[in-house]
Amino acid sequence: MTQAEPQVVDFPLRRPGAPFPPPGYAGYRGRQGLVLSRLPNGDRVWLVTRHEDVRAVLTDPRISSNPEHPGFPNVGESLGVPKQDQIPGWFVGLDSPEHDRFRKALIPEFTVRRVRAMRPAIERTVDERLDAMLAAGDSADLVADFALPVPSLVISALLGVPPADRDFFESRTRTLVAIRASTDQQRDAAAKDLLRYISRLVAIKQKWPADDLVSRLLAAGTIAPHELSGVLMLLLIAGHETTANNIALGVVTLLENPEWIGDDRAVEETLRFHSVADLVSLRVAVEDVEISGQLVRAGEGIVPLVAAANHDDNSFECPHMFDPSRSARHHVAFGYGVHQCLGQNLVRVEMEIAYRKLFERIPTLALAVPAEGLSFKHDGVVHGLHALPVRW
Amino acid sequence: MRITADTNRCVGAGQCVLTAPQVFDQDDDGLVTLLLADPGAGEEATVRLAAGLCPSGAVTVHED
Ligand code: HEM
Ligand code: SF4
Repeated sequence: MTQAEPQVVDFPLRRPGAPFPPPGYAGYRGRQGLVLSRLPNGDRVWLVTRHEDVRAVLTDPRISSNPEHPGFPNVGESLGVPKQDQIPGWFVGLDSPEHDRFRKALIPEFTVRRVRAMRPAIERTVDERLDAMLAAGDSADLVADFALPVPSLVISALLGVPPADRDFFESRTRTLVAIRASTDQQRDAAAKDLLRYISRLVAIKQKWPADDLVSRLLAAGTIAPHELSGVLMLLLIAGHETTANNIALGVVTLLENPEWIGDDRAVEETLRFHSVADLVSLRVAVEDVEISGQLVRAGEGIVPLVAAANHDDNSFECPHMFDPSRSARHHVAFGYGVHQCLGQNLVRVEMEIAYRKLFERIPTLALAVPAEGLSFKHDGVVHGLHALPVRW
Repeated sequence: MRITADTNRCVGAGQCVLTAPQVFDQDDDGLVTLLLADPGAGEEATVRLAAGLCPSGAVTVHED
């Protein structure tokens, strides 16, 4: 194999808004091997853009999820997002077999059946948010008033946060994800507030167990109480902005393609189409490994771009088209391999209920600004909208 | 066609259950369990799809 010095590109690319992903990805997919890129902090990482290659990277045991390995891509910080502290129980950053102890303890809580049982509670939450929006007038910011609170309220119910505390919980998680509206200090303070609250919740459930996730995990005993706080923070953070952004972007897409309103297949297609977690699955090689003919040395960072993979025309016909009738289930919007999203079945139900109720109860819903005027999160790890002004 | 499912590899993503609920289920631990090890001809396509979607390679289809 001859290896000429590869051409280095700057990364992340600016997302042009809709249509996402950045048009530059198509050019990357057409190149041989992988694409060497330079992060704003100067680090060099390999970009992986083809569907088949992303799946291969995410299932290769020589490739690690642990940010403590030297060379792990620091995409978050380069975008101005503070680095997530390595708190015990943050198992998305652990490799097998350490990772598996946490995952195995949690999967009974997220089975298809268990999530179905949460339907009535999710429907109630969605209805309450819509009641509040309708009571407040004939316009709203669908991000702040609907897309952000719904997943936060669903997760706090799942964790067993008492109803009286859910507003506190929601306000702190909102600060945590607001890139523009909050400063680093405010985000830091919100994260500390939440961690403190969660530790207290764990202590309360230790004393007074009830029929909820925290009590069951404590009873099972495979996760220590001090690790449990990290696990709960992960559930909260992993499941909040991702779901919120996907709901909001999906509403825009449905308003642009109204023939798909009311069709539940739109859920899977919005996941593929928007691929909000494009920069979430970060990796580092811990041994030399060859991917798509490219030698990646131990200690080199790898960024599998799920949005690029989900728009690969070798795996999806006319990928730039929003077409819920396609069979899109092999998309990698939730990642692939042992870290594939634990909350995916919850997300599917949540999004289905959110879209159905929103358009049923507000059939005249429309954008309050021209679509070209929407403000996208170019600067976030998770793709989304800063705000979504709507009226009815 | 015969299927095997390896609970040691399963990460409980539930892709198999969503795809072919008449063949796959999740047990109390959230791990894959087979309702039918020998699915009929009518199920073959969905079973292959489920095996292909499983993120951890826990589902194997044996063509014998
Ligand atoms: C549209 C919404 C969502 C998207 C696009 C999404 C995407 C992802 C992706 C790409 C990963 C893999 C990360 C990696 O490979 O390193 C992941 C992992 C994870 N997600 Fe989600 N997620 C969503 C919602 C949720 C929700 C609602 C929850 C929980 C309540 C959740 C909990 C988790 C957890 C715990 C992990 C780590 C799993 C592990 O390491 O085994 N996610 N998610
Ligand atoms: S799809 Fe694979 S990992 Fe997921 S539940 Fe089924 S067997 Fe387990």
